[in-house]
Amino acid sequence: MRRSSGRHTPGPRHAEAREIVFDFLEGYDLLGAFWVTVQLTLLSAVGSLVWGTMLAAMRVSPVPLMRGFGTAYVNIVRNIPLTVIILFTSLGLSQTLGVTMGAADNFDTQNFRLAVLGLILYTSAFVCEALRSGINTVPVGQAEAARAIGLSFTQVLTLVVLPQAIRSVVGPMANVLIALTKNTTVAAAIGVTEAALLMKKMIENEAQLILISAVFAFGYVCLTLPTGLIMGWVGKKVAVKR
Amino acid sequence: MSSVLYDAPGPRAKRRNILFSAVFLVALAALLWWVFNALQDKGQLEWAQWKPFFGGTEAWSTYIWPGLRNTLKAAALAMVIALPLGAVFGIARLSDHAWVRVPAAIVVEFFRAIPVLVLMVFGQALFAEYTDISSDDRPLYAVVTGLVLYNAAVIAEIVRAGILSLPKGQSEAAMAIGLRKGQVMRTILLPQAVTAMLPVIVSQMVVIVKDTALGGGVLTFPDLIAAVSPMSSYYGANVIASFTIVALIFIAINFALTTFASWLERRLRRGRRSSGPVLDPKGASVGGTMGTGAGGGAGDLGGMN
Repeated sequence: MRRSSGRHTPGPRHAEAREIVFDFLEGYDLLGAFWVTVQLTLLSAVGSLVWGTMLAAMRVSPVPLMRGFGTAYVNIVRNIPLTVIILFTSLGLSQTLGVTMGAADNFDTQNFRLAVLGLILYTSAFVCEALRSGINTVPVGQAEAARAIGLSFTQVLTLVVLPQAIRSVVGPMANVLIALTKNTTVAAAIGVTEAALLMKKMIENEAQLILISAVFAFGYVCLTLPTGLIMGWVGKKVAVKR
Repeated sequence: MSSVLYDAPGPRAKRRNILFSAVFLVALAALLWWVFNALQDKGQLEWAQWKPFFGGTEAWSTYIWPGLRNTLKAAALAMVIALPLGAVFGIARLSDHAWVRVPAAIVVEFFRAIPVLVLMVFGQALFAEYTDISSDDRPLYAVVTGLVLYNAAVIAEIVRAGILSLPKGQSEAAMAIGLRKGQVMRTILLPQAVTAMLPVIVSQMVVIVKDTALGGGVLTFPDLIAAVSPMSSYYGANVIASFTIVALIFIAINFALTTFASWLERRLRRGRRSSGPVLDPKGASVGGTMGTGAGGGAGDLGGMN
């Protein structure tokens, strides 16, 4: 991981100092571990967006049974620690019930997929709540006025309600995405080699505790802060002024 | 029922809804049947697997209660330490002096951006290296440290939002009658802000309780999660039963906390004597309750973090 052939070379003493300070990075795939974190985040984000939208659709549907299912799912899943869910996918689903996620021969792939599954099941409850709160911010008068001028259900939904709801959902969704990025660390509990697990390993083997922690803290700040800033900016730009 | 999406159903809509209900019921039943069969195949539904929890108290007194006690101890300690710390940082962020405001803001934003697990792992190594805390106590210290650092930052944001939510007239009137800045904060703003943010703080407890689970899952903290493996191997691999019981305990605790938070919010809204609004525990301004510990940034979603 030491990249001494930089674009412009500082003085030899400088290079030597850098070599000593960053010696502990030798032999660890730091970028690889953060790449796993990013993969976990993106795959789970897509999955929980799909399942969360379906849950939200159920929770706002006119069918009482679907509403009940959505409400029950959200209230149950939200109150269970993610650690329990992720451990359950490994110990319960995989080792007890024999779910292999299509990777029976490769433990690493299997654990990665199980972690994604656990993250999706958990995060979708929060996606659902974010979407539902977005729909709830649209004043009922908007839909009533739309119905009064004769728009159909589909037209009310696509022309009046959703355009307003989606705009107010950007902020809450950004928070869900940031939380999801940080939640991927829980995958360390079932041995997915993402950043937090590598950090634990490095701290056990190397002496530079503060330096290692600073590197990983910086990595997570780099992942979460831009998401928050960009989505915050977008959210403000598209917000509906009421 | 009528909502923003649809009107009160007429006869046709009612018929359609019944059809949808039937289709959904069939799908749900198929799913449940599939799960039931999968469990039955692996012998996870036999009475022997569930007997330890319902047929005696040994499992409760040996595994569940000691674990649960540790979980609750860590959560309570974290809350008690994080509250004053968070209040200090929240007030510091509102300071008139940039040299107080800016460092406080940097600290708060930094700890909100980092996963709780990373903070716990850091705490664990820190205590191992620089203190002589025995290795038995170390996981508890590490878990509480991680929870305190993260939740103090979140509570700082809650406190700040609570104070900012008060009408400007409150502090203006206080200054007009000659109170100093400290007096305005202590006697006028804080007492009102505390009632406004109580519900959010209670629902932050949900996040803390959930995040203690990281200690058992990844570190070696002997909490409720850590009890699952020894318990299920002692009672003949009743993994499903053990997880179900543990999950139910968490659901019960957190559901009670959430219900208490919304009861508190309703009560405060109804009987309020101050003029500020009450922060909604599910409100979108403060946040970070998504947490698994890995709680979200701002914008609480009732505890995902």
